[in-house]
Amino acid sequence: MIEQLTVLLENKKGRLSGLCRDLADAGVNMHDLFVADTSDFGIVRIFCDTPKRAAKVLTDKGYRAVVTEVFAVRVPNRPGGLADLLEFIDEQGVNIEYGYCFSRGEETAIDVLKAADDTIESKLAEAGFDVVEAKEVYQLD
Amino acid sequence: MYYQEEIETMPRADLEALQLERLRKSVAYAYERIPLYKQRFDEAGVDPYAIESLEDIKRFPFIVKQDMRDAYPFGLFAVPNSDVARIHASSGTTGQATVVGHTANDLKNWGDCFARGIYMVGGNEDSTIQVSYGYGLFTGGLGAHAGGEAAGCTVIPTSSGNTKRQVQMMRDLKTDILACTPSYALLIADTAIEMGYNPAEDFAVSGVILGAEPASEGMREEIRQKLGVQYCDVYGLSEVMGPGVAMECSASHGLHVAEDQFFFEIVNPDTLEPVPDGEWGELVITTLTRECCPLVRYRTRDVTRVIVEDCPCGRTHRKIDRIVGRTDDMMIIRGVNVFPSQIEQVVTGFDELVPHYQIVLTTKGPLDRVELRVETAPDFPFDEIRALEGLKKRLAAELKSNLQIAVEIKFVEPKSIERSEGKAKRIIDLRNQ
Repeated sequence: MIEQLTVLLENKKGRLSGLCRDLADAGVNMHDLFVADTSDFGIVRIFCDTPKRAAKVLTDKGYRAVVTEVFAVRVPNRPGGLADLLEFIDEQGVNIEYGYCFSRGEETAIDVLKAADDTIESKLAEAGFDVVEAKEVYQLD
Repeated sequence: MYYQEEIETMPRADLEALQLERLRKSVAYAYERIPLYKQRFDEAGVDPYAIESLEDIKRFPFIVKQDMRDAYPFGLFAVPNSDVARIHASSGTTGQATVVGHTANDLKNWGDCFARGIYMVGGNEDSTIQVSYGYGLFTGGLGAHAGGEAAGCTVIPTSSGNTKRQVQMMRDLKTDILACTPSYALLIADTAIEMGYNPAEDFAVSGVILGAEPASEGMREEIRQKLGVQYCDVYGLSEVMGPGVAMECSASHGLHVAEDQFFFEIVNPDTLEPVPDGEWGELVITTLTRECCPLVRYRTRDVTRVIVEDCPCGRTHRKIDRIVGRTDDMMIIRGVNVFPSQIEQVVTGFDELVPHYQIVLTTKGPLDRVELRVETAPDFPFDEIRALEGLKKRLAAELKSNLQIAVEIKFVEPKSIERSEGKAKRIIDLRNQ
């Protein structure tokens, strides 16, 4: 599993930039950031180098910040790459709470998923999917 | 265990007969001895000698706090100075001070009323009661003191203040019952914990009798846990007597009004018509035995409701709910009366929220719009939007069923709502701007 930093922000001008500045001041290096927004709040999901420390720094500063376990799978950068992955998970009867993608390089994309059942990660590995390990994303703290 | 079993468990029919007998006497007494009542009753065309049933009191005019201010100092005294044993006064922060006199009998009845509450928390003549209410013109200290003496307790009159010494006394003298305001009880508990004690385990204290300021269920539970005690909410007001008008028994579901001493009604504060049992309204009190300052239909401005049930404790005196606010705090939203404390009660009932909130009132076309701003608890798993939306839905449904109005909920970031105990600004009314 990979530790993702999750932060609750009010949907208000300047909040996201404030968050990024506070992380920068704490020396946290972000790799990826994804915002899910509703009309009055946003949930910011972040891959960074030190998720636990970052959550603590933010909590001390008065944010609602937690570390959430998710998993990530590297999929080939071609039509149907994601569909294959999701079909497999569906066949296992596992529900996905949310997901998002990012690319690193040309060859593959990384899909981050939060599933209702965490055991899906090992099943994916057994089935030959390229599951991303935590140490590839950040230093293990 | 009862302090006055015969009175406290009297069959309803007998109790109402006693009330009627005393009501007739008390109303006539007020009419004969206090010119203001004579004038008011005559103006309203009501005959104080023609009361045939308890219902008849509803024809009589109300008396309000302003009448007491206008009558300052002795205008509402029914006895000569030689019969006045003591005078208490309200602080007068909201206007002219009001004074209330007590005869020796009034003081004795007061002690008895409060002593009933001491028995409700398991006290008796073997108990030690520590009175950490302020002593003085304020009725808290001396009222609890009189209750302790009436019940035959050992009374420690620490008064308020010097909290470390309070804790030391509590520990060394093996206090069984603590009487003070809820916020002071919490401060005593926290101070004891800071001093390295665990009062719930280490101290003898088993009951608290707390009143004189509002306390939410969350705060009450915190006090119960930290001190390891049964909580007795005591209601009273200096105009009517002082603490002891109504007290909460071990069933922890409402306060028994001392109905042998007071006749009470709950009325709609706008129409002044009685509300059905169970509905919120303003508490109106008529004293049945007071000699110095009898009151006929005094509007307390305190908001409560009747709790209709046969109490498992065996007492037959009817119960009122915790005071949820003052009529002054009442908001009228879309024609519905709403009190901030009703909202607080809902918020503190959710473990997923922290007990700080703000209510913002605006208008949207012809309608009032209510927004509740709340924060989620630090351990709430907000990572999934579904969890937040689910919480929002449950909270909205709970508010709707408690307040009868729709409330929009907005989750805000931690600490964006001002923290200050008691005086925090909870309501922001932007409707007329």
